Amino acid sequence: MIRRLGAGLAVLWAAATASYLALLLAPGDTVDVLVGEGPDTPQIRAAIVREWGLDRPGIVQYLAYLWRLLHGDLGRSYQSQRGVGEILATQVGPTVQLTLAAAAAGVTLAGLIAVVTAGRGRAARAAVSAAELVAVSVPPFLIGIVLLAVFSFTLGWFPVSGAAGPAALVLPALTLGLPIAGVLGQVLRGGLERALEQPFALTARARGLTERALVTRHALRHALIPAVTLAGWFTGSLLGGAVITEVLFGRPGLGRVAVDAVTGRDMPVVMAVVLLSACVYVVISTLLDLAYRAIDPQTRS
Amino acid sequence: MTTTHDQDLPPTPPDDPPIAHAPAPGTEDPGRSEPGTGDLGRSVPGTGDLGRSVPGTGDLGGFGPGAADLRAGGPGGGDGRALVAVEDLWVGFGGVEVVRGVSLSVAPGECVAIVGESGSGKSVTARTLLGLAGPGADVRASAFTVAGQDALGFGPREWRALRGRFAGLVLQDALVSLDPLRTVGAEIAEVLAVHDVVPRAWRGSRVLELLESVGVPEPEVRARQRPHELSGGLRQRVLIASAIAAEPELIIADEPTTALDVTVQAQVLRLLAERRAAGSALLLISHDLAVVGSIADRVLVMREGRVVEEGPAPDVLVAPAHAYTRALLAAVPSAASRGTRLTDGTPLPRRPAPPEPPSSPATPARAGVQPSGLAGDRAARSYGAAAPGKGVEAPGPGVGAVPVLVGAGLGRSYGSRRVVDDVSFVLHRGETLGVVGESGSGKTTLARLALALLEPDQGRVSLLGGPWSGLRERERRPRRPRIQLISQNPLDSFDPRHTAGRLIAEPLRLPGRERRARVLDLLARVGLPPDMAARHPRELSGGQRQRIAIARALGPRPDVLVADEPVSALDVSVQAQVLDLLAELQAEYGTAMVFISHDLGVVHHLADRVLVMKDGRVVEEGDVAEVFARPRHPYTRELVAAVPRLPAGRPAGSRGTAAEQRVGAGT
Repeated sequence: MIRRLGAGLAVLWAAATASYLALLLAPGDTVDVLVGEGPDTPQIRAAIVREWGLDRPGIVQYLAYLWRLLHGDLGRSYQSQRGVGEILATQVGPTVQLTLAAAAAGVTLAGLIAVVTAGRGRAARAAVSAAELVAVSVPPFLIGIVLLAVFSFTLGWFPVSGAAGPAALVLPALTLGLPIAGVLGQVLRGGLERALEQPFALTARARGLTERALVTRHALRHALIPAVTLAGWFTGSLLGGAVITEVLFGRPGLGRVAVDAVTGRDMPVVMAVVLLSACVYVVISTLLDLAYRAIDPQTRS
Repeated sequence: MTTTHDQDLPPTPPDDPPIAHAPAPGTEDPGRSEPGTGDLGRSVPGTGDLGRSVPGTGDLGGFGPGAADLRAGGPGGGDGRALVAVEDLWVGFGGVEVVRGVSLSVAPGECVAIVGESGSGKSVTARTLLGLAGPGADVRASAFTVAGQDALGFGPREWRALRGRFAGLVLQDALVSLDPLRTVGAEIAEVLAVHDVVPRAWRGSRVLELLESVGVPEPEVRARQRPHELSGGLRQRVLIASAIAAEPELIIADEPTTALDVTVQAQVLRLLAERRAAGSALLLISHDLAVVGSIADRVLVMREGRVVEEGPAPDVLVAPAHAYTRALLAAVPSAASRGTRLTDGTPLPRRPAPPEPPSSPATPARAGVQPSGLAGDRAARSYGAAAPGKGVEAPGPGVGAVPVLVGAGLGRSYGSRRVVDDVSFVLHRGETLGVVGESGSGKTTLARLALALLEPDQGRVSLLGGPWSGLRERERRPRRPRIQLISQNPLDSFDPRHTAGRLIAEPLRLPGRERRARVLDLLARVGLPPDMAARHPRELSGGQRQRIAIARALGPRPDVLVADEPVSALDVSVQAQVLDLLAELQAEYGTAMVFISHDLGVVHHLADRVLVMKDGRVVEEGDVAEVFARPRHPYTRELVAAVPRLPAGRPAGSRGTAAEQRVGAGT
């Protein structure tokens, strides 16, 4: 457990450092960003440099940054001059809603598709495989545009943009969830079909189990093992996809914040978003490890 | 034909170990020998099948007399009495027929066995009886009754109602035949739930009762464990418990003891015999004639989807009528088959005597490796080498007297587990040293120590008189060709992307042209055509792969072959070919061999001396005939007693022709 905690901290440190370096190397000048639209005189520039400590050597700034992080201080936004923690706090809600809804949609769809089609006829499999392939290979923003065109502009079932009410969540969640359903569905079905060919499945059938009971009571658990491995990947996919989806559907949220911060070279905000993502990753992968142990007791020994 | 049901049932009293029942001919056989002639006629291939399909030849088209006996015991007889009866069963997958016109019935309380090699269709036949032939199977039969109902019209619902409740299925290797992710208690409870055998509240206690009834100790603890936490024997007991949970009238056991150690196999067979004694009928599927002989009333021999012979077990196993059955029986290696080819019964060439007879009981320098030296000497004499050195003080070890491979006081641990503990052995030129023991006894670790693929913690290995263990690999490499390995599963030890030719050529240190010639020569020696050189391992059969493995091992003309379970994965007829080949090549090259096997019969057939290992230690060693005939250590006795044996008695008179042929083939 202590090793795991140490590894998690190392991941966070690496994420912070890597994003720090990336922004340092990016073109543009921090002072320009801080000056923004305001009056631009050498005096003001000098004051800004002094105020933000930009005249210190890079390594000192980096260490100071880490030091503040250790104390839970994420800093202030260059652009809005507000505390980064405060910005994140106000924006995290809609993103959590979106990603959870998308994950739920993806997992549910994948599970349904896999259970219904595993071991079925060739035609059904081919149709579903094709649908999965489309969901996986079409970029999410295109899926989003198609969904918007059909369900908002043509049918008018769902609002085009905004985050007001559950109806506004449906299309973004599908946009984000469909690629996950595609990949996860394939993996789950493959796992189910492999499990159904195992000798224990024959034993279970010989007990008089229905195919459905065999799938839900035995095979699904075996299929979950490779699927859980993928869950790490789809956490990343959800976080990355949230950026595009939020922009596309005009939703508030961290994705939006991240895009604005990157384009505006708002270093503290970008760093905070990166750190938050890394945190989520570490937490999720720990949970996955625990899930593995629960699903497959053989990994315990 | 007046024998009653009970008298006729098990040739073995159910309480006895179901082994070596050897029905004394002349005591209880007379009742059976009468229909024996008809039996012979029926088992002639072709005619038998035809005869059976003619309607009206008798109830159920004339099953073996054993079945007739059983039916005679009950009121009514006829079709209604059979638990399952199928006539002219055909099962195909995508146009390929794997079962071709099999007729079969199992009466209540009867034990019917189907014997055959891989691909004979025996498993598919058995599974079809539960409607589990598999996806895409095309099942046809002229009549098919299960539990008194016409199974030809069954839908999934009808089949499900019978599975588990009417017939339970026991498969091979419970590690994969039980769901590895669920507790064994849950697996057994599932049967109870599906068929609503007992009210939900009682299921837990019923599971414990079942576990107890199959001899699982501490059922409360075991019920909460998963298959990988149990030993192979316990797992198989659990699998049987789940098959009998709904008290089915019929147990279908498909290779239920394959991959189990011989003592565990004996326990599982005993358990199955107990179920029979309790009234269950048993359909046993096996590749092992001896296993079948210990328990079955009636035997069907299958080959390529057809039944080539059927009849009462003692008849089929002692006086087989069909050439294939005879070949199968003759292919089983045993003490009796020593010195002869398993494939055709002809004598094997004699192995050349060692260049110089081994000097008397080990040289003083090797006094530490007793008693191997003694045994080795005895063995050396046993292959006919005049031993003038015996009794005479040999003045010093001559070249020929130096054993090719010596292990002295070898010990090896993995972590805190002592896998090999104080094992010593001596291997002389041209000699075969058998190593027997059950899984986990340290056999394979000993092989790796002998090959110096693993360094011993204690003791040392010497090869051809020089040190072998404790060297740097660089120092060993020049002598590596002198000692070669043949492993159990060549598919795992071959690079699948290499051709057979390249695999054989790999250890040869020869220029290109000579190397190619040598590869072709080696292929010819192991009985493979030259075009095999271009094949990849996956394109070869199990027997062909093992031949390639032998060719590859013999390529560098080694002095020592270490064969680790080289025939364990092969069908008995292929095993016979490979064992014959090994014996012939050994006679030709004078190669010494360490032959590791769990199969006492194979070792008895092939080896001169034997080490019996248990828990990493050698518990007994000596001349193979002596150790197996008069085992001194209790463990060896247990092992020897646990080996299922074919009925030994030869019938007199009526079935003489077949018996004579067999005798003729066996000598």
